[in-house]
Amino acid sequence: MSEYNASILKKGQSAQITDINIDEIPLKLIEMGCLPGNDIELIQIAPMGDPLFFNVNDSKVAIRKKTASAIYINQESIK
Amino acid sequence: MTPKIIKVALIGNPNVGKTSVFNQLTGLNQQVGNYPGITVDKKTGVCKINQITKAKIIDLPGTYSLNANSIDENVVIELLLNKNDEDFPDVAVVVTEVENLKRNLLLFTQIKDLEIPTLLIINMSDRMKQKGIELDIPFLEQELKTKIALISSRKNIGIDNIKELILNYKQLSTEPCLNASSIDPEYFNRLRKAFPNQLLYKLWLVITQDVNFLNLQRNEIENTFTRSHTELKRLQQKETIKRYQFINDTLKIGQKIDKSKATDFQSKLDNILTHKVFGYLIFFGILLLIFQSIFDWSSIPMDFIDTTFSKLSAFTKENLPQGKFTDLLSDGIIPGIGGIVIFIPQIAFLFLFISVLEESGYMSRVVFLMDKIMRRFGLSGKSIVPLISGTACAIPAIMSARNIENWKERLITILITPFITCSARLPVYAILISLIIPETRFLGFSLQGLTLMGLYLMAFVVAIASAFILNKVLKLKCKSYFVVEMPSYKVPMFKNVALNVLEKTKAFVTGAGKIILAISIVLWFLGSHGPGKDFDNAQEIIETEVYSSNTKINPSVIPDRVAEYKLENSYIGIIGKTIEPAIKPLGYDWKIGIAVVSSFAAREVFVGTLATIYSVGSQSEEEATIKMKMAEDMDSKGNRIFNFATGVSLLLFYAFAMQCVSTLAIVKKETNSWKWPLIQLAFMSGFAYIVALIAYQTLK
Repeated sequence: MSEYNASILKKGQSAQITDINIDEIPLKLIEMGCLPGNDIELIQIAPMGDPLFFNVNDSKVAIRKKTASAIYINQESIK
Repeated sequence: MTPKIIKVALIGNPNVGKTSVFNQLTGLNQQVGNYPGITVDKKTGVCKINQITKAKIIDLPGTYSLNANSIDENVVIELLLNKNDEDFPDVAVVVTEVENLKRNLLLFTQIKDLEIPTLLIINMSDRMKQKGIELDIPFLEQELKTKIALISSRKNIGIDNIKELILNYKQLSTEPCLNASSIDPEYFNRLRKAFPNQLLYKLWLVITQDVNFLNLQRNEIENTFTRSHTELKRLQQKETIKRYQFINDTLKIGQKIDKSKATDFQSKLDNILTHKVFGYLIFFGILLLIFQSIFDWSSIPMDFIDTTFSKLSAFTKENLPQGKFTDLLSDGIIPGIGGIVIFIPQIAFLFLFISVLEESGYMSRVVFLMDKIMRRFGLSGKSIVPLISGTACAIPAIMSARNIENWKERLITILITPFITCSARLPVYAILISLIIPETRFLGFSLQGLTLMGLYLMAFVVAIASAFILNKVLKLKCKSYFVVEMPSYKVPMFKNVALNVLEKTKAFVTGAGKIILAISIVLWFLGSHGPGKDFDNAQEIIETEVYSSNTKINPSVIPDRVAEYKLENSYIGIIGKTIEPAIKPLGYDWKIGIAVVSSFAAREVFVGTLATIYSVGSQSEEEATIKMKMAEDMDSKGNRIFNFATGVSLLLFYAFAMQCVSTLAIVKKETNSWKWPLIQLAFMSGFAYIVALIAYQTLK
């Protein structure tokens, strides 16, 4: 697991996806646009820290933290 | 001129307003059926295009892509790949919406690859100004090789435009938008050479999907072209990237978004509705409101229905010539139908709330809010929807568990949902509570209401505890996938909600109604016919008994005594007496026994059965309500049959026992084996028997 993945984002932060672990990411998420090169933004965190509510490629979607940690991001692109 | 019929398939992602478009096009000309062999709703409707042309529209289940993840989505592919299907569309209408155009177009480009005339609808155009979105329609039409209808199903704008485009569907291009086979040219070239007459994309779908096709020899393809699961997924990912590249390039020119105009009202709403305190409070408040409507508000129409049917029954008895047919009508059919109709208010309220919560986008927030908590019990946040729907009926609830990705979480949800107090239990609870709990108030609350609430909570606790145990016991390894789309908040559309409530209520009433009606007729027959001399000569036997006894008995009780004696010696009486030893420890007599046995078809039959038994068993002119008759029923020692201990025991039995054949059937279908429904039946009913036994033996 890479250190820089979507689960480390803070609320309101966004970053560019560099890679995804294809075994951990359901196809449905890929189809929503969770693909290398696209941006991912953390919109909301559920009360107990999980799941996470992202905007990825203009799709609004909630996933569990474990799945988010299989979405690798570019550290420099975090904003 | 003969009328012309154009076959249209409506396709689209979930939450794009596809069903609203369908409702606008067809209005009340809709039919809901089933796809053969599976329990997916098949919605079709007819739309009048002009004087001589009609469109037969099929509303396909929402899907994100042609890579099917569920049986609902499979339906879409199987139809679109099978030219021989009677519903195979002349034109495919893909519904998208302005805010999610990018993602919605993925499915569109896949449909285009099937080379069916395809029309694109962009819905929710009324939101464009507010969101700062501009679209270059001519450019998009050119790039996407289609015709576009920019509409708002909410504001009823552009519907005529759709009709016109459907009418001229032959002018639509059937050319694909992009060449997806370039993701692995070598592989696809081989495929093309092996099957020169088949559409390449179709072959690709056959390889990657688990679907059946008439003309294609699955095995033939599989032998030479199958690859490992990961490899195929990697190719699918490549395909998706390729499609998004095309879509992004197209939208870069065809769509302009002024980001500054995007209001943050939605995220402010999310801050409150998913807040760690307010979020749960609001959800709890909504649940209270739902229960309030089911228990309190719906009691007014329910009382009315109850008395109306009693009166109707009495009326037919008095005014129709005496005979078998009148008996069947007044003692069998009318109480039977009454037992179904009485559910309508509660079912309608529940579906009303559920469909408002779903239409508004709030349900996804509840899923988001509850996931972490539910996971501790081996459930998913998505289990919330089945658990809430389960308060209406376990059948649609179990079907709604389909979108839980993780098999273990889905299985546990399916197994525990029947514990949730469904509306079929309500009439049983209502009548029992009113018999054994006094109508007093406790701290300002009605004691009867509190008892009912207690039963609901208890069922929920048992359901959750069972989930916890199942989670520990079941050894299933599954990937913990969880993907929930969080749609923007919208004000629910009245038309959609109304049609949904109407459709669901109708389905429930006709589905459950058939069983209940059939059972009430069978019960009436078994109750009014008997095998031996005792039944046939009841009149004489009782008369001799009364006149020969030394005590003075008023001859006016003779008719009632005769009826009761007849019932005891009828077929049903014999069945009841036979099983009495097994249910005696729970505090039930043979009459209750019959009701319990017949409830195995469906719980709500309990009240209907008792209604039939007590109607058959009384000959008096005035028709008292069933409740009064039950309260007055005494055993041979003069004790009330429905006493406190028996009542509590019955309540607990009905709370936990698996008494619904339709639920077992749906569990079998959804889990694809008899194993799970049988385990469910044994576990739930065994548990119910033990709890009821303990309760009766301690309380009596």
